[in-house]
Amino acid sequence: MTEFALKIENLKIALPEGSDRPFALEGLDLEVRRGEVVCLVGESGSGKSLTAGAIMRLLPEPHVHVAGGAISVQGEDILAKSETEMKAMRGERVSMIFQEPMTALNPQKTVGWQIDEVLRLHTKLTRTERRARVIEMLERVHIPDPPSAYNAYPHQVSGGQRQRVMIAMALCLSPGLIIADEPTTALDVTTQLQILKLIRDLQEQEGAGVLFITHDFGVVAEIADHVVVLSQGKMVETGTAQQVLNAPQHPYTQALIASVPSLTPSPPKSFDNAPVVLKGTGLNKTFAAQGGFLSGRRKSVTAVDDLTFELRKGETLGVVGESGSGKTTVSRIVTRLLEADSGAVELDGTDLLACNPRQLREMRKHIQMVFQDPMASLNPRKRVVDLIAQGPIVHGVSREKAHAQARDLLALVELSPSAANRFPHEFSGGQRQRIGIARALALRPKVIVADEPVSALDVSVQAQVLRLLADLRDQMDLSLLFVTHDLRVAAQLCDRIIVMQKGEIVETGKTAEVFADPRHPYTRNLLSSIPGRHWTPPKLEAIAI
Amino acid sequence: MTTAATDLPPPEPSRPVVLWRRFRRNRAALLGLFLFTLVVGMALTAGLIEPNDPLRRAGVPLTAPFANWDTPLGTDQLGRDILAMLFYGARISLLVGVVATLISIGIGIVIGALSGYFGGWVDDVLMRITEAFQTIPSFVLLLTLVAILGSKIEWIALAIGIVSWTAPARMVRAEFMALRNREFVDAARNLGVSNTAMIFKEIMPNAIPPIIVYASVVMALSILLESALAFLALGDPNYASWGNMIGQGRAVLRTAWYCAAIPGIAIVLTVLSFSLLGEGLNDALNPRQKK
Repeated sequence: MTEFALKIENLKIALPEGSDRPFALEGLDLEVRRGEVVCLVGESGSGKSLTAGAIMRLLPEPHVHVAGGAISVQGEDILAKSETEMKAMRGERVSMIFQEPMTALNPQKTVGWQIDEVLRLHTKLTRTERRARVIEMLERVHIPDPPSAYNAYPHQVSGGQRQRVMIAMALCLSPGLIIADEPTTALDVTTQLQILKLIRDLQEQEGAGVLFITHDFGVVAEIADHVVVLSQGKMVETGTAQQVLNAPQHPYTQALIASVPSLTPSPPKSFDNAPVVLKGTGLNKTFAAQGGFLSGRRKSVTAVDDLTFELRKGETLGVVGESGSGKTTVSRIVTRLLEADSGAVELDGTDLLACNPRQLREMRKHIQMVFQDPMASLNPRKRVVDLIAQGPIVHGVSREKAHAQARDLLALVELSPSAANRFPHEFSGGQRQRIGIARALALRPKVIVADEPVSALDVSVQAQVLRLLADLRDQMDLSLLFVTHDLRVAAQLCDRIIVMQKGEIVETGKTAEVFADPRHPYTRNLLSSIPGRHWTPPKLEAIAI
Repeated sequence: MTTAATDLPPPEPSRPVVLWRRFRRNRAALLGLFLFTLVVGMALTAGLIEPNDPLRRAGVPLTAPFANWDTPLGTDQLGRDILAMLFYGARISLLVGVVATLISIGIGIVIGALSGYFGGWVDDVLMRITEAFQTIPSFVLLLTLVAILGSKIEWIALAIGIVSWTAPARMVRAEFMALRNREFVDAARNLGVSNTAMIFKEIMPNAIPPIIVYASVVMALSILLESALAFLALGDPNYASWGNMIGQGRAVLRTAWYCAAIPGIAIVLTVLSFSLLGEGLNDALNPRQKK
């Protein structure tokens, strides 16, 4: 047996004609030794997932195909194998953990059945032996009560546990190579840390090689032995984790690392004398029990429980929490996209929740929103200029004036004026989010509610958009209610933060103070789960990409 | 900020050009388009073929096709020119098809949009009404309506529209329900956009492509329904319609098969052209298609 779990030499993957570049991957060299974790890092479109597809021989051929180079898994040339031989390889010698366990698992079959299937296809074990093996695997990935988990369907277990099931499935034949394609991206930070630990532990026990694909340098700092950086299909840098993280050589890597938000909050500014712009008091929202009679009742869920907060002029208030903490519900209640059960949201002294539809429409221009998914939040059938001018037109500004304003706003969010007559799908994610911000600004609001505005963006773009938001906030004296799950982002932008858990505020205070001295155990847990918290990105000359 | 981050991709070709390019890729759709143009051409040139009355006696009854060049496709048992009737029939078929489709899609859009956008009791009431219509077999309902309204061609078109709006309504409702929860709708609501503008300016343009595709199906169905009515001798006897021709040709089917077969072929090709066209439109308008 060779010491290399995976060896890729000069790999080239061709894209179909008419794509933005001829090769998805050009000249990738990569080695994964046994017992080593190699991180393949890159932004979206860098070709990292296609690399995984090529190793598993799961590329959407013939449109996308390997055009040159060699891949060998544990000394065997993958590219020369027939489809039948590949079937035997997959699962047994090389296996894969996917990003989204909910879609990677079959919703119609129990968890146990799906792990059992791998054993049934590859081994000659009897039924009882297989069952014992599956339960043993579930135990190894620390799923509570394995025999009952065996009979559970994927939707009945939590996201973190589903990913554990995927790992159990990937490891049950002890493959020499494990490919993990962004396995923790869809998970909350606390769960992410557990999963990373689990992958690390099991990999050490098995002595397998892991090719870990990620875009998150925090995760890299947490798990990698070796790092390979991809940009636009080209390998720009490779080295040990130490070298790449702390002394990156290539300008691209340097720029990427410079974009990682630092965990040290900026020095606190005092807003104690500024007037309160937005004030929420005693907000409650419970999602009522659904169904009944025929469909079976579901439990009601309390999304927000007695929430009270104040936002002062020019201030940024972060609402931080994991999924299910009710932070998105907060953003929808204060903009009244969702009706609260009780409580009041005072905007400059007027209670937004008590407004009738007419008054509400009038009030809306003072509080605007930036949404999470810039693609979904822009009407695909409208031109950019119409999207931005829509608000002012609705509020009585003439068409010509609104369009002229919209063009000025484009310049403000650093988009070229020729963008005005394009449709949203012609832009990249970061550009779309700029359009979303321009739309929110068009009504000259006092408050902007931003719901995870950068979580769908690549890290370098994320840094730019955050910088833009901060600049605009200072220029226009805006107050920002910033909802995020990413503590790094919160540290950079927010003056104060609210930490939410299960609909309740568990801690609130100045960002710097909360980060330095978290009082609630949940906040402490959150902060200690941030991937790469021990790694401080080196101070590099910030080069925009 | 460097300009690189905000550089734009080169402009895309305009929408009609892109749509035509996608449409063109489907050969069957091109055939559909060709047949459709042919039918439209027939309808437009009917006056040239027979300037007077297509129902007048033009020759010896039951002349076979290609026997006499005054009546190239022969005559029926009353001596009427089959070619002329075929051309005028294209007018009737298209007229009924277009009017009935407009009525059916129009009702469908209004009911489907209201019920999908508002949901709740509005949806409940409107969908129960829709179901009431759906439980009655559409042809039986059509016969009843024609019996009540009379068999003038305008009433027939209206009646066909009334019996075929349920499926478009359900489809529009499904589209609206899916689009209503999209973030861009929330974004528009947050700008203070009114409900009417929300339905017609925000959501409708996004729901239109599948409706257009379905319209081609409704069109084909309407033509078939009209022919079926005429076949049962419930059509408007004052117009030459393909259904009428088949209905009357049935009596002489064994001796002069062409009286029924020629308009039959015309119906088959027209309906085929609409379904091929619909398929091509589906390809062209499907946003998941590239280039």
